[in-house]
Amino acid sequence: MKTFLKGIALGAALLSAQPALSADRELLNTSYDIARELFAAYNVEFQKHWQEKTGETVEIKQSHAGSSKQAQAIIQGLKADVATFNQVTDIDILHTRGRLIPENWAERLPNNSSPYYSTMAFLVRKGNPKNIQNWDDLIREDVSLVMPNPKTSGNGRYTYLAALGFAQDQFGDDQDKIDDFLASLLGQVRVFDSGGRGATTTFVERGIGDALLTFESEVLNIADRLEGEYEVVTPKVSFLAEFPVTWIDDYTKQNGTEELAKEYLSHLYSEESQRLLASFNYRVQNETVLKENADRFRDLKLKSIDEIAGGWENAMKAHFASGGKLDQLQRRR
Amino acid sequence: MSLHRNRVGDQPWVRRTLIGLAMVLTVIFLVIPVVVIFTQALSAGWSTLAGNILDEYTLHAIGLTLFVALLTVPLNLIFGTALAWSVTRFKFPGRKLLITLIDIPFAVSPVVAGLLYLLLYGRNGWLGGWLSTHDIQLMFAWPGIVMVTVFVTCPFVARELIPLMQQQGSEEEEAGVVLGASGWRIFRKITLPNIKWALIYGVILTNARAVGEFGAVSVVSGNVRGQTNTLPLHVELLYQDYNIVGAFASASLLAAIAILTLVAKAFVEWKQAKSEHSAPETRGV
Repeated sequence: MKTFLKGIALGAALLSAQPALSADRELLNTSYDIARELFAAYNVEFQKHWQEKTGETVEIKQSHAGSSKQAQAIIQGLKADVATFNQVTDIDILHTRGRLIPENWAERLPNNSSPYYSTMAFLVRKGNPKNIQNWDDLIREDVSLVMPNPKTSGNGRYTYLAALGFAQDQFGDDQDKIDDFLASLLGQVRVFDSGGRGATTTFVERGIGDALLTFESEVLNIADRLEGEYEVVTPKVSFLAEFPVTWIDDYTKQNGTEELAKEYLSHLYSEESQRLLASFNYRVQNETVLKENADRFRDLKLKSIDEIAGGWENAMKAHFASGGKLDQLQRRR
Repeated sequence: MSLHRNRVGDQPWVRRTLIGLAMVLTVIFLVIPVVVIFTQALSAGWSTLAGNILDEYTLHAIGLTLFVALLTVPLNLIFGTALAWSVTRFKFPGRKLLITLIDIPFAVSPVVAGLLYLLLYGRNGWLGGWLSTHDIQLMFAWPGIVMVTVFVTCPFVARELIPLMQQQGSEEEEAGVVLGASGWRIFRKITLPNIKWALIYGVILTNARAVGEFGAVSVVSGNVRGQTNTLPLHVELLYQDYNIVGAFASASLLAAIAILTLVAKAFVEWKQAKSEHSAPETRGV
């Protein structure tokens, strides 16, 4: 029994003391589920930067899960210093429900606190056999689609909004035509996966569908990874998908990491970091980096949530709530 | 029809079909997936497997998982034995209710269990304010993981003991009382030897579940790599990273623990059967 208790004490000591042994400072970054490699690379860059600046070593802990789950965990007491998410709404609830950050969080860093962004694009099979070029090719009878479910994933909502943005450009004020277009597009979807990674697996591993609709960053990643098997199609109009970041005021105060957390996020806007982000297939604002990557990120018209649906709150209420536009359109089939 | 004269299975073709079907289903649903785990884990060779397992985060996940099991098993051993003892040796109002309540963790989905703990002990939970003013972090740290694991695994020991202790009755203990033995002595000398194998069996099941628990832990863990990431969570994380070989390497560790559990379980069952068989002579009431 004695040795057993000693074992427990030793185990607890090992588990809790590990970070303190290795670095001067510690920072916890909560992020979305597919950002692990991105931040693994950025953390190395930031550790170097911080050491040059202050002489201190930093250990950066990473937590990855769906960004809505992460927001919920932070509200319930996961003492994260910074949140780097893929949905603006998930940071908003840190203010509205958690009272952990001020209302004006988006104004504290450049570009709506979104150091990088992406848009929605298509991945098609080699040689583009169905000749898919733009959103209106997706509603053809012979084209079947794979996308994440707009009900359960931000990724799917973005695609829905991108298609809505295209239809608004195409049909102007004619609401019936816009609705018809969206209904036909949803009608061509073979599989609605619950999340982005699931949709990728359905399209790539199971070989279902003629086009996968998801983030451009994901589409480019797959095309890089499986070179020659797929082609990337960037539509003429798409959605501006922001990747918002914030430090969490209450927790950084408690943890004494305010300065470190702010620097961690501001440094994402530096040229080296922007280059790094671009290498992970995210679009950035930095002019020099933009020019270097001009061939990868094709020009297109990007529409923001404000232009398409008058802000996130309206979009959620009008389109994605139960009985909203999305439900009505899906019931039509 | 021959059904009136023969029992089902008397005809050789019925017997063969049923046995064959059972075998085929076992192979498809149980054996092949286990084999796949190991072949996938080894698909890039032994050195890659070793590299994946010796990865800093994987090692931490293994350590954390074992640490959680190390705390959970003794807690539930004591809890389960105490509970089984009280409901089988004493009569009191609410006894039946208590036996029913012990099954709650079986009836409730683990995710719901995790959420319940979060609602109680999370920052916005009932006790959250008090905990936070005293700077006690339960959720999103190892204590929270231990708490939900204890919850999910608490019926195993008690469920194993209660039917056995009910069946054995309390005559032997009563004899001990009449002869003037102390409560502790009765437990140690009479009860414990009788329930020993069932107890070990319960411990094995508790351990297997504690090591493999995903749903409840996922809710309260916070998924911090190298801090609150248990082995099952680590498998999911690697899988989402497209690190399939790494995910299967970690999964093969879990599978290996499962197989060890089965072996231990089979051994205990065999021992148990033996001890029950020889019981009448040794006890000789």
